[in-house]
Amino acid sequence: MSGAAPGLVVDSVTGIDVSLPVAGPGARAYAFLVDWHIRVVLALGWFVSGALLYNGRLVLAPPLTSEARWFGAVVAPALAIYFLYHHVVELAMRGSTPGKRMAGVRIVARDGGAPSVGALLTRNVFRLVDSLPLFYGVGLITVVLTREHLRIGDMAAGTLLVFEQADARLPTPATEAHRASGLDAAGAEIVAELLERWPALQPEARVRLARQVLTRYGGQLGEPADHDDAWRTRLERLARPQ
Amino acid sequence: MNGSARQHALTVSLLQRAERWRQAERRARRLARGRSEDAGDATRLADDYRLLAHDLARVRTLMPDSRTREYLEAAYARAHATLHHGAWRIGSELLRLFREEIPAVVRWLGPYILWSTAIFALAVSGGYALVWRYPELIALFASPDLIASVERGQLWTEGLLNIVPSSVLSVQILANNIVVSLFAYCAGFLFGLGTLYILGLNGLMLGAVFAFVSRHGLGQQLLSFMVAHGCVELSVMCLSGAAGAAVGEALIRPAQAGRIESFRVAALRSGKLLIACALLLVGAGILEGYVSPDPRVPPWARGAIGAGYWLFMVALLSGWLFGRRAGPAAAFEP
Repeated sequence: MSGAAPGLVVDSVTGIDVSLPVAGPGARAYAFLVDWHIRVVLALGWFVSGALLYNGRLVLAPPLTSEARWFGAVVAPALAIYFLYHHVVELAMRGSTPGKRMAGVRIVARDGGAPSVGALLTRNVFRLVDSLPLFYGVGLITVVLTREHLRIGDMAAGTLLVFEQADARLPTPATEAHRASGLDAAGAEIVAELLERWPALQPEARVRLARQVLTRYGGQLGEPADHDDAWRTRLERLARPQ
Repeated sequence: MNGSARQHALTVSLLQRAERWRQAERRARRLARGRSEDAGDATRLADDYRLLAHDLARVRTLMPDSRTREYLEAAYARAHATLHHGAWRIGSELLRLFREEIPAVVRWLGPYILWSTAIFALAVSGGYALVWRYPELIALFASPDLIASVERGQLWTEGLLNIVPSSVLSVQILANNIVVSLFAYCAGFLFGLGTLYILGLNGLMLGAVFAFVSRHGLGQQLLSFMVAHGCVELSVMCLSGAAGAAVGEALIRPAQAGRIESFRVAALRSGKLLIACALLLVGAGILEGYVSPDPRVPPWARGAIGAGYWLFMVALLSGWLFGRRAGPAAAFEP
């Protein structure tokens, strides 16, 4: 059984490997649940609107006799939306879905690139096995037990889910602070981030965090009773040119 | 200059490149979302990739636990994915799939197709012999309604269109057949035993039902019902079984570096055949819904349709339908 979340390390022509953090069962389940809700809403939406239009009144009941038009216009498209959602959406979005986007994950091939059409189709065909016996039981067990959190479909297609890291930001003030001040790079980042988040913090938290940072990086300490603006000034002084 | 000062100077010089990292990250993000006709974009992306790799290597040493490193790891991974994702031309990919890859898969699966056909034929013969000799065993394979109908001297397929419209029947049948076919393939992951079970069970049922209706003098009628759609439907069952058997053998006797790797290669290769199988089953389902239960279609026409559709299947699987000429086997990567 796996311990800490592993990363996919891909060799590169530059000689510097690419490191992609692998998504675990939690992120996978979150993405699946979002997608499941989307497809249920879409399929039900089609069924309800189709039935209302077909019946011409506020009734969802099917006709008494089996009618081809009812089946073709109302039932079959709703079933197709539900069962082909992943196949179609993953192909159209090249290994992503709205649920995966919300969870911040995407499907990649073992070389770190986008998966091929064949890989995406194979991955989805194996949902038949992964969904056995109920509620993706087989898939869930293999995701938990394998080191890279793979379901059978991923093993067959040579794919895995990695975190997108879309929210990784370069802390600009840290760059400036480090260049100009005597702080080390990590310290400059911490000061910059604290100043950036200052308006969103509670006054007590501002003072507590500022005090911790100043103590650690040798800044000028004040009295706990000082107004939080004074603490902010001290932090700015720490990051300013010497 | 002492070590600490040197490290500080190196870090400062590195961080001065932050704006270039941002530009590289934005370019990779933009190119990943859409296509670009500008060749210069591709060149710049390659330059960005080298720049990010170089700076990431230094940041990993100088600032291993920083957000700058996190940012560069993400930007480098994005540039890598953008650079390696290739063109996305679904039309040409599908044409290549049907013209080159599926015929190559069929050739590769040749021995498996022979074996799965033999197993299926053996199961059909076994089921036939069993029920012919012990008719009461039909209760193991068929529903009470089907048995009662045949004992009344009537096939269950008669008057089918009075109960269910052709379109509904077609969709129900093709959906069921596609699921069975996909299961026969996927079940190969149980070291081939699942595939063997599905092939064997379907063969036994077919043979048993044939024997039972033949004992009641309805064999000719059932054959007439089946011939239009059955030639392809049963062939597809054997093809799916072959794909599943290949997956199973890859697990039993791995040819690649490891069992999982071998499974992946076999599943990806043979899985391509399932796309063709699903399409063929759509056609077979339409025939089974519209042609097979229609009493106005004479037996000779059913035979001609069945043979014609089977030849269509051969043309599809050999790539001739998409303009492939006979020649050396195309090499393909899964």
